[in-house]
Amino acid sequence: MTDFPVEKIRADFPILQEKIRNKPLVYLDNAASCQKPQQVIDSIVHCYSHEYANVHRGVHTLSVRATDRYEGAREKVQHFINAQSTKEIIFVRGATEAINLIAQTFGKANINAGDEILITAMEHHSNIVPWQMLCEQTGAVLKVAPIDLQGELIYAEFEALLSEKTKLVSVVHMSNALGTVNPVEKIIAAAKAKNIPVLLDGAQAIPHMSVDVQALDCDFYVFSGHKLYAPSGIGVLYGKQALLEAMPPYQGGGDMIRKVTFEETEYNSLPYKFEAGTPNIADVIGLGAAIDYLTEIGMDNIAAYEAELLAYATASANKIQGLRIIGDNNHKGAILSFVLDKIHPHDIGTMLDSLGIAIRAGHHCAMPVMDFFEVPATARASFAMYNTKEEIDVLMAGIEDLIKIFG
Amino acid sequence: MFDDLRDLYQEVIFDHNRNPRNFYVMEDADRKVEGFNPLCGDRLTLFLKMDGDKITDASFQGSGCAISTASVSLMTDIVKGLTEAEAEALFAKFHAMTTGKEEDINLEAVGKLAVLAGVREYPARVKCATLAWHTLDAALKNEQEAISTE
Repeated sequence: MTDFPVEKIRADFPILQEKIRNKPLVYLDNAASCQKPQQVIDSIVHCYSHEYANVHRGVHTLSVRATDRYEGAREKVQHFINAQSTKEIIFVRGATEAINLIAQTFGKANINAGDEILITAMEHHSNIVPWQMLCEQTGAVLKVAPIDLQGELIYAEFEALLSEKTKLVSVVHMSNALGTVNPVEKIIAAAKAKNIPVLLDGAQAIPHMSVDVQALDCDFYVFSGHKLYAPSGIGVLYGKQALLEAMPPYQGGGDMIRKVTFEETEYNSLPYKFEAGTPNIADVIGLGAAIDYLTEIGMDNIAAYEAELLAYATASANKIQGLRIIGDNNHKGAILSFVLDKIHPHDIGTMLDSLGIAIRAGHHCAMPVMDFFEVPATARASFAMYNTKEEIDVLMAGIEDLIKIFG
Repeated sequence: MFDDLRDLYQEVIFDHNRNPRNFYVMEDADRKVEGFNPLCGDRLTLFLKMDGDKITDASFQGSGCAISTASVSLMTDIVKGLTEAEAEALFAKFHAMTTGKEEDINLEAVGKLAVLAGVREYPARVKCATLAWHTLDAALKNEQEAISTE
């Protein structure tokens, strides 16, 4: 584990000092939501203490200060994912709202009866349901590319499903239920060859790897702040400028307009066209602080460290009899989804909780994935940059003990 | 290890989880209702044999966590021979024990079901224990729709 400053990082996260049921917290539910460093917490306190007012409005000093910080965070996001312009960065509530926005604006304008939207069998409900709703509204058809028993996309079948009728490919960059990282470069290249726009759901990928939307050449990339060590309730929709320009607005209201009369309204330019109403100012600033924090550590360093954690956890898990990893492949982010013989994941979750270990037990908002693997649910340990090998040892010891108790 | 959990996972629970009672498909059932807990994926089918308003036999199939399996296993044992009204009254007492106010708990009134009293300290697990009873309630009211804890 070489020179990754994990102890220094841990010291920045006050919640990691919490005792849960009188035991040190081992937080392994990062795929659901990540904890926040003091720097992010401080940025929000500082905002409300010293620089809070509404943005893009007043001429008074505080409003100017708040606007500078808010727009400064937009620049940080732009650089973080290497977008061409801040006009391509739309602040939303989270990845879910971003996908709904795309479905109801880009989708309604470009997808008609008989057209197809192509997703994969490993999507989160948030990349299934908005398309089902759009299909219901338009008569379009949702196509699903299958996965194999290792939890990987069957690429040939995906490619075979691309057709003249496909008007959008929307795939998860990294699966929250399995950890699988999709071959997005290949997916995008194949779609581009047929002029089909591609949306990547980056909610799970973004805290684990560096993302360059220009290198990827995806048309949309969406993610949530709360999985990126930033506050909940804030997320990002990246879209290529030309696409965003052509899309109708999502919600109407203040800030998204240039001129309003009762006869007609002229919409504001990007990115404000998609940001109706007073935005989530403090949490945007918090997202900016999280990006500063991560940039200093370096996303590539984080990815390398987490790869070591995952390899260690996988090797340890494979030594436990009766444990089966769901999503057992070599293209994964730091997620270990598993089931135990004759022990329901909910019992695993409660028992580990009594040892201070937080994991997720359930369907992970990916019921079709559970159906595919014929399990009602899985237990999922998901790792972040502040987790350690020692914590994985605590997890594995807990699993071995609960297997003994169930007998 | 797991000392804190002794109230929740009593030996009786492990026993019923390992060897669930009345665990079979009742071919000549008078009532058959499915119960589903979408949160954790627990799924069960409850079968009842009725004689007038009396439950003469009960069985179940399905998969769930230890708490939900033990709860339905215990329930199918205890409701045999009860009238609909008696079973509903027992459900009310069980419900009070798992979710109600401290002063409404009467452990003696619920007999063997008292082993499940520990769930009240684990709000996330209460539904695991009550799924069986909500399903029974639907069966007694002769509701054919699958019932859900959500």
